[in-house]
Parts: sequence; structure tokens; C-alpha cells
Amino acid sequence: MKNIVYLLIGTFFGIVMYKSEAASWFRIYEMFQFQSIHMYGLMGTALAVGIIIVQYIKRNKVKDVNGNPIVIADKDKSIPRYLIGGILFGLGWALAGACPGPMFVMTGAGYFPILVVILGAILGTWLYGLIKDKLPH
Amino acid sequence: MEWILEPWPWYVSGPLIALTMFILLYVGKNFGMSSNLRTLCTMCGADKTCDFFCFDWKAQRWNLLVMSGAIIGGFVASNYLSNNQTPDLNPKTIEHLKEIGFESAGKAYVPTELFGQEAFSDPKTLAILLIGGILVGFGARYAGGCTSGHAISGISNLQLPSLIATIGFFIGGLIMVHLIFPLIF
Repeated sequence: MKNIVYLLIGTFFGIVMYKSEAASWFRIYEMFQFQSIHMYGLMGTALAVGIIIVQYIKRNKVKDVNGNPIVIADKDKSIPRYLIGGILFGLGWALAGACPGPMFVMTGAGYFPILVVILGAILGTWLYGLIKDKLPH
Repeated sequence: MEWILEPWPWYVSGPLIALTMFILLYVGKNFGMSSNLRTLCTMCGADKTCDFFCFDWKAQRWNLLVMSGAIIGGFVASNYLSNNQTPDLNPKTIEHLKEIGFESAGKAYVPTELFGQEAFSDPKTLAILLIGGILVGFGARYAGGCTSGHAISGISNLQLPSLIATIGFFIGGLIMVHLIFPLIF
């Protein structure tokens, strides 16, 4: 039963990603050219609503479906890891025109060369695991 | 119900992304797609190569299901909820893309130059897709999250690290589009 719920959440997310065009390489390119409000509006409204939701959860100590308090773990403080990692991610995001969610959405939509991007992303993750101790964090 | 077949405006889709995050929190999980890439590594046997991949991947099964759902969502949206959806790009963007060789700009959902079947037989395109993927995978894990985990969940929680990561995403994207694209396209 729970499995179906997760699958449905993912399906909903995938539909939103496709219909909002966040899974379109063209939209990512247009965003980095500052030639449309589309992606900024998309992320801006997601954040505006997201901030309200999270603040509401925190102030009212909202519990999840199992009765446990909803906790969003704080991330470790650092600058280099987020900045350098972020820049590398951004380079790939603009080049492949897809981030880790939309990659799978595009697979479902039948743009099969995206499988090469997914393969690269798995390799990149593995590469990070291999050399992470040598990187500034 | 005709509107469902049209592209969804950003002011509808944005809140729906936040809703996805909320539903995941409500079922006791977190919104973060790139974690799946680490899980896929472990499933492929990467746990034999270094400790970073030594974890119980079965505890991440729920997220793999969300990921599988995203595939289904892409299939459903493109086949049953769209009339050949094409992003309504800024005409300037289309013109510029055509100048650098993207003839499909304004006519397709994603560039056929990169995501058409021909891509599999073009070494340059394959290299672009593979390198793009490697950067996304490496960068997401180094930064500890991607657009969903940092830009949406993290900033919604007003976390400074997520803001720094998101600024990084944009610096990287701008460097790619403005400085590196002229060298490759």
C-alpha cells in the first residue's frame, strides 16, 4: 500500500515537471539567458509556498502520517562544498538541460538519449564517492 | 478539462512542486531526487569500492519508487496530458538557438539535436550528454543535494547552505551557457 503511495507521489511530481516544462532543456537555457520569467516564476512560487508550508509545520509542530514530528535535518555548515559542488552541478544542469528529477521524467517521455545523462550522473556520483576524502568540504 | 492538455503556467506548477515536497514530508520522508543516484551506485556494487556507498540501500526503496513514479509521470504527461507540448520560448531565445545550430528551438519539447535518436550515433552529442551527466552527479553529491533538495526543500527551510548551493547552481549554469557554449556549439 505504502509503495503505491510513493509511486503515486512520484507520478504526480513527474507530471508537474513535464507540464511545467522544468524538464525542457530549452527552458533551462532560456533561464540562464534571463529571457523569460518562466523558470524564475516556477521556482519563486514553489519557494514562496514552500517557505509558508515549512514555517507552518515548525510553528504548529505538525506531525506526519505516522504521528512522528516532521523534522527537516539542518545541513552542515560549510562554504566550499556547497559552492564548488553547486557550480559543478550548475555546469552539468545547463549542459544536459536536466537535473536529477527531470532526467527520469524525460526517460518516461521517450527521449532515450537522456539515459546517457543518467549513466553519466551515476558515474559522477560514484566518482565523488571515490575521491571525496581528498576534496575540501 | 482542456486546460490540462495545455502547458501549465508557472504560477500553477510552482505551488504544485511545493505540494510534492509537503506530501513527502507528511508521509515522513524528504524531497531529494539526487540521493537516488547514490542508491543506484550501491545497487550496482559501488559499496565494494568505497565506504561512501556502504549503506542499507533498501531503506531508500521509497525514494526509488518516487523516482520510478517520475518515469511514469513523464510517460503519462507526454502521451495523455499534452497536445504535442512545445515550450513557448522568448523569440530572442529561439533566434539565438537557431544561430548556434539548434533548428528544433520553438518546435520541440527538448532539442532533437541532443535528444533525438540520432544522438546515439553522434560521438560529440554522446560526449555532451555523458559529461553533463557526470557533472550533475558529481556536483549534486559534493553539494549534498540538487535542485529538489537544496533549491526547493533547503531554501524553504531557510537554510544558508542551500542558498549557497543554489547560488553555485546559477554560477555554474551561467558559466556554461555564456562562456562554454560558444566553444562547443
